[in-house]
Formats: sequence, C-alpha cells, structure tokens
Amino acid sequence: MTAVAESEAAERRASEEPRASEEPLLRTEHLRVHFPIMRGLVFERQVGAVRAVDGVSLDVRRGETVGLVGESGCGKSTMARAVIRLVNVTDGEIWFDGQEITAARGEQLQRLRRRMQMIFQDPYASLNPRMTIGSMLAEPLRVHRLARGPEAAKRVRELVEVVGLPRSAVNRYPHEFSGGQRQRAGIARALAVRPDFIAADEAVSALDVSIQAQIINLLAQLQREFNLTYLFIAHDLSVVRHISDRIAVMYLGEVVELSPSRELYDRPLHPYTAALVSAVPIPDPAVELRRRRMILVGDVPSPANPPSGCRFHTRCWLRRELDNPERCVDELPALRELQPGHRVACHFAEELTGTRRRDELITAAAGHSSGRTTAPDEVVTPESVAPEADDGFFAPGGPPGAEPHA
Amino acid sequence: MTDVAVAQPTASQERSVGLWTDAFRRMRRSPSAIIGGAIIVFFVLVALLAPFIAPYDPTRGDLGASYLPPGPEHWFGTNVQGQDVFSRIVFGSRLTLGIAVMSVTIGVSIGAVLGALAGFFRGWIDAVIMRSVDIMLSIPGLLLAIAVVSWLGRGVLQVAIAIAVVNVPIFARILRGSLLALRDADYVVAARSVGVGGPSLLVRHMLPNAIGPLIVQATLALATAVVDAAALGFLGLGPPDPRTPEWGTMLSDTYRYLTDAVHLAFFPGIAIVLAVLGFNLLGDGMREAIDPRLRR
Ligand SMILES: Nc1ncnc2c1ncn2[C@@H]1O[C@H](COP(=O)(O)OP(=O)(O)OP(=O)(O)O)[C@@H](O)[C@H]1O
Ligand SMILES: [Mg+2]
Repeated sequence: MTAVAESEAAERRASEEPRASEEPLLRTEHLRVHFPIMRGLVFERQVGAVRAVDGVSLDVRRGETVGLVGESGCGKSTMARAVIRLVNVTDGEIWFDGQEITAARGEQLQRLRRRMQMIFQDPYASLNPRMTIGSMLAEPLRVHRLARGPEAAKRVRELVEVVGLPRSAVNRYPHEFSGGQRQRAGIARALAVRPDFIAADEAVSALDVSIQAQIINLLAQLQREFNLTYLFIAHDLSVVRHISDRIAVMYLGEVVELSPSRELYDRPLHPYTAALVSAVPIPDPAVELRRRRMILVGDVPSPANPPSGCRFHTRCWLRRELDNPERCVDELPALRELQPGHRVACHFAEELTGTRRRDELITAAAGHSSGRTTAPDEVVTPESVAPEADDGFFAPGGPPGAEPHA
Repeated sequence: MTDVAVAQPTASQERSVGLWTDAFRRMRRSPSAIIGGAIIVFFVLVALLAPFIAPYDPTRGDLGASYLPPGPEHWFGTNVQGQDVFSRIVFGSRLTLGIAVMSVTIGVSIGAVLGALAGFFRGWIDAVIMRSVDIMLSIPGLLLAIAVVSWLGRGVLQVAIAIAVVNVPIFARILRGSLLALRDADYVVAARSVGVGGPSLLVRHMLPNAIGPLIVQATLALATAVVDAAALGFLGLGPPDPRTPEWGTMLSDTYRYLTDAVHLAFFPGIAIVLAVLGFNLLGDGMREAIDPRLRR
C-alpha cells in the first residue's frame, strides 16, 4: 500500500509547508460529547454519562490528513460524528472554514452536509440494504439539488467509476457486493456532494489486509484528485501512519499525543503511544525478529467512570517504572508542546524524550535492558490475554498487525 | 478490485427487487410457509367459490331434517334448525376471512401510523402514544374486544373493529421498536450525513427496513383474529342475525347438544383450528425468511 501513499504524503508535506500558518479547515476546542445514562421506566432520570469525547482540541489543516488512533471504545467514532454534526455536542466548540458550527442547524447544517462527509466503519451496515447503489448515490444529488434526470444519472456513473466499481453496480443492491466493493460504494456516496472534508472512520478495519491497501490507495488518490482533507481514523497505527501527515492518539475520550506522523512513530512521547508503536510490525525481517510487543495490562476503564488524574495511569507501564508517582492520580496532565508541533499529555513525558527511540523501545527487552528499565516483574502483571508475555513488559512480537488490546 | 468477479446481473435483478425477492425465494423453501400458505390458499378458494361448493343454502333450515349425522346427503350433518353444516362452514369461511383481513388491515394501518410517529419523533409524542399503548396492552385482548362490541353494537364490521382495536397497540409497539433500532443504524446515519431528513429519511430509509417484522406480525395477527372472531361469536357477540353462518356462533349454538351430536361442534372447530394453523405456519415461515439476522 503504502510505499505509494507514503511518498505522496511526503510530497504533500513538502509542498504545503508555507500553508502551515493558515486558518485550519476544521478546529475543535475542548470538545465534549457525553451520552446520558438513563434509569427508570416511567420517570427516566439521568444517573451518569458516558464521556465518549471529553475535551478534545484538534485542528485539521486544508489538504492535510490527520490520523486518529486509539483502542476500541476510546471515542474515535463519536469524535468523527461530532465534527460532522451527526451527534450533538455536549460542550466545547467546532469551527469549520472560519465558521462556528457547534450548534448549526437548518439551512446552515444542510450547507455543511455538502462540505463534510463521512466514510463508515462497517461496510455491511452502512449501505441501505433495500436501495440500489445507483439510487443511493443519486440521493445526495437530489437532496442538494446538484443534478437531476440524465445529468444526475451521468454523475452517478462517474462516481461509480471514480471509486473503481463496475458500471453495472448502479442497478445492483449492496448484498450483491463484497466488503471491499461496498466500501467503495460508501466512498462514492461521500464523494457525491464533492465535499472538502471527509472523516474516514476506520474505513478499512473491516476489510481483508490485501483489500485494505487498495482502499487506502484509492483514498490517497482521491485526496489528490479532489483536494480533500481527511480525518482518518484507525485503531491501529500501522494503518494510519503512511497516509497521515499528523497523528492524534486518543485514550478514553482524550487526545494524549499529537505529532507529525513520522515523529510520533520514531519518538513517541506518551507511554500509551509507545505501546501502540511497539505493536506495529516492521518491514525489515531482521529487525522484526527482534521486535518486542509491549503488552498493556488490564482492561480499558469505562468511559462512564474514568480514572482520576491521568486517565492512563491505571495501565501505565512508565508510571510503574517510576514507582507510581501520586501526581498521575491527582493531576490531569495538560497537552504540552514538548517539541515544535509535538504535543503530549503526560507529566513524565520527558522520561521518554530522546532516551528511547523507537528501535530502542523495540529491542529494549531483547535480553538486556536499556537505561531505565527496572525489574520486569514490577511492570507486568501476569495476564491471560498475552500468554507470550513471559516476564517482561515487552513480550515477544505478536502476529503482525495485532494491536495492544487489553 | 474491479477484477473481483461478480455474477452478472440476471433478469431478476431489475429495479425494486433485491431483498424482498430474496425473502420470497427463501419462503418457498420453508416447509412451514408452504404448508401454511397452502392451507390459506385453500380457505381463500373455498370462500371465493362458496356458492359453487356448498350444496345447500346455509341459512335455510329444514326442520324435518334436523340433527342428521354426517352422511352422503349432508356431509357434515345438519343442526337443530336442519341447516346443512357443511354449507354453513363453507360460507362461514367468507365471514371469518373477511373479519380477519378487515381487522388486521385496520389494526395495521392505525398501529403503524402511531408506531411511526412514536419511533420517528420520539419526545412527548412517543411518551403519550406509548403510555396509551401500555394501558391498552394491560387489558386482556378479548375483554377489550367485548367492551368495544358492547359499545359499538353487534355486527360484522363491529367485530372487525373490536379485534382491530386489540391489535393496534401491538402493531404500534412493533413498528416503534424497529424504527428505534434503525435510528442508529449506520445507513440511516449515513443518509442523514448526506442531508436526507424528515419524511424522506423515514419513508426511503427506515420504513422499508422496519416493515418486515410488521408483515410477519400481521400474518400472525390474522390467526388471532380468527380465534377472537370465533370467541366473540361463541359468546353471542357475533353478527346479530342468528342465521349467519359464523364459525364461533355455530359452536355456541350447538354446545348444548354436544353429547348427542358431536359433529355440530367438531366441524366448525376443525375449521377454526385449520385456519389458525395456516396463518401461524405462514407467519412463522415468513419470519424466518425475512429475519434480518439471517440476511447479510
Ligand atoms: N449513541 C450512544 N449512546 C451511548 N453511548 C455511546 C453511543 N455511541 C457511543 N457510545 C459509547 O461511547 C464510547 C465511545 O464509543 P465510540 O464508538 O466513539 O468508540 P470508538 O473509538 O469508535 O470504538 P471502535 O474502535 O470500537 O469503533 C463507548 O463507550 C460507547 O459505548
Ligand atoms: Mg468506531
């Protein structure tokens, strides 16, 4: 996949340097989306809230791709749906192209729908089973009065072709297609209104690895062709790193690290990111052999009742290494800019700066410890999910592509 | 990607087919749907061709020939008034099917509108509708039907309306449930994201996918309607004209003579059971064929 996408991303970065100071296309300020938890049959009352997105400030520049990664349930989909105004925002602000859209409705919302689109996670669930691909694609054209009659039919044929579906797809139903083809249809739907911004919510997670590469290449190609801006979501760093200019790492509704993607990958500053990075397989077989996965212990805490202070402290290997400082429990770490363009929300991120480059992280436990690694048994609790984790927090490399799911 | 071979579209894949055709195809392979369907087709034919099938006028009695046991003259025997039981059952199928279809049609129409309002708009509309539905469902169906008939008076239409009233809350609840589940379905969210809203969202995206369970329930409701109609007739709340050949009324007319003339209760009973069985089997077969969990 990725060689192509990577060089393209690099090109884009190079060519768009001067634009960096421009107003971002999309910006969120302390965005919160909480889902109320209701109890009671007749008289419902709120007994709590799932804090799916809890104070995210993020900006996406024109033409840029920002990757958003994090474990299942950390609020990625909710974030995507919030910024394109499909779920209501609890608190905070969303700005798009210089306008505040946090509470947009009616006409304004309808205009936004032409500019922001979404590609959905599950290609099986995101196409109406009782509608042909053609009528699905014609719908946005009709709703926004972009085209009608033969003109609309022509647009639909173009869309089908641009995403690489056979022409005959127009008259067929979703259940007649494979997962990859359905995802192409979903992409075509997102393109129908010629948007500026697309939130791709794990657009490839449900697909076979070989198909994933095709779809990612398609998305990269469409980005060039239509000058698109992407928020590209994945639960796995290996998927986003090639297509993304910058990557934001989410944990339990918060962004814990935000950085240019190469830098995030080579020098993660947050212990959570470091764990994610260690799960990415390395193309060089010699290095891959020595790669050690860092296994995150314990379950992801519930977003309805997140831990105090730093939300990651219950599972943090760095904190254990540092003899469990109280600060992690007491104080919410701010998202600090440690290096230009590289922000991290960890009180002890400096512990990772420079001392552990990616390759060190990976090879650290290959027998000898590097620098600060303390007694391994302090760091890992024996757990069933990762039987290969003998007694170090770097367990031998798991199957490529496996994520550090708890 | 385009190299992934997909079966060429065949003649059956023109517009507006798809999942329904598929469900129908699966129904044709389901034994219960086939048997149920056959029974129902049989009853419908009997009802349509009643004048050609029935050897006697179902309302005319011959007091000289009352109480005859089944025989070559009168296949199912005769009753107290000397009316031919076979002819009465044949003509009775018209009433029974008529009441069932009418009541379910009324019930589905009203119930679906209420359910759609509740499930689509939520909020206070939902609260009002669903609390009323809860109250109605807490009253035993037959009791409710009796109340409605005693309020509206006796008659075929009244019986149909009474049974419809019993069914309305059931249909409302089913459609509301399906719509609520669909509100968060990805393809509905996707439709919203391209700007589809209001009636279009409901009619084009939600209803077509919510209608399956409603159709199944309607078929099953036909079965209960047959039973309810018979029960009302049996309780003397059927059509006012005692000569009307209604299956339930036939049962109640004769249960006093049951020890002497079993055939008077046996044949209407069998007719009721068969019709109920037919609708139930058909409904079950349809449920299996339509169930979205079996469909991907
Ligand atoms: N409509 C909703 N009502 C209540 N809770 C919700 C709703 N949508 C999401 N949640 C909860 O919010 C949290 C975040 O969900 P979200 O789908 O955004 O996670 P995600 O990062 O996309 O996960 P995944 O990788 O599994 O897709 C989860 O705990 C989820 O249960
Ligand atoms: Mg998701």
